[in-house]
Amino acid sequence: MTRVVVDVMPKPEILDPQGKAVQGALPRLGFQGVTEVRQGKRFELEIEGEATPELLADVERMAELLLSNPVIEDYQVTLVETAETLS
Amino acid sequence: MNGNDVGGARPRVGVVTFPGSLDDVDARRAVRLAGAEAVALWHGDHDLQGVDAVVLPGGFSYGDYLRCGAIARFAPVMSQVVDAAREGMPVLGICNGFQILCETHLLPGALIRNDRRKFGCLDQRLVIENNKTAWTNAYDAGQEVTIVLKNGEGSYVADNPTLDMLEAEGRVVARYVGNPNGSQRAIAGVTNEAGNVVGLMPHPEHAVEDLCGPGTDGLAFFTSLLGVLV
Repeated sequence: MTRVVVDVMPKPEILDPQGKAVQGALPRLGFQGVTEVRQGKRFELEIEGEATPELLADVERMAELLLSNPVIEDYQVTLVETAETLS
Repeated sequence: MNGNDVGGARPRVGVVTFPGSLDDVDARRAVRLAGAEAVALWHGDHDLQGVDAVVLPGGFSYGDYLRCGAIARFAPVMSQVVDAAREGMPVLGICNGFQILCETHLLPGALIRNDRRKFGCLDQRLVIENNKTAWTNAYDAGQEVTIVLKNGEGSYVADNPTLDMLEAEGRVVARYVGNPNGSQRAIAGVTNEAGNVVGLMPHPEHAVEDLCGPGTDGLAFFTSLLGVLV
């Protein structure tokens, strides 16, 4: 079993109203000095088999096709672990 | 009034219902008021039932999970819609339908959360800038109309080269008077290169009768089609 994480973030030039709303709430809670908040998505995938180049290429395709919209978002694929004990 | 019309030689316009579509019934009603036959299409069918044009209605398909339109894009019926659109069939995406068309990349850009973070619902003034498309040829170029706008994620974004290209090629179909949701260059609707596919954030199907809504300015989106199909 292979565990892969895909992080999806709005592109830097894209306005992130959700991040702005969070940033606006922090000073009201007494947290000062936060100059930027960007909100993204994290996908944790568990996939049968070893972390072969083919498997990771498949994850890249998933990220590009469905998990992110390349027009407004960037993604990063991270291999977390490969272990027989994962179930 | 919820069923399909029958018979006649009128153009047949399909309206797709996805799980979470809200405005499919209103869209079918607008199609009928314009003088065409409305055909209910189901997201799960690989079948366009021989329609001459397709409307992707507003709503929250698949709960807007992941991104608005991202799951609906892969609904079985959409592979037929995308193929037909590439071959020139008129397709109009309204609100969530616009989001779906952007996710399929039939239209450039994307729609993100409104810059003011609030769901807006208002009678919105628009300028119809391109009256050459399958869905806007019954308007005058530069005509100002009032059509309902209701969305939380209606802010149109694209990179600057894409925006410049859309402007240069006259592919901005409609522009907001004022800018209610932070759309880049106040863009309310765009078309593809061929002019058969149009995406529009406001809802013309809610502006087709005097009884409800802000008048009948939206009806010409649906009557435009008749000139192309008949």
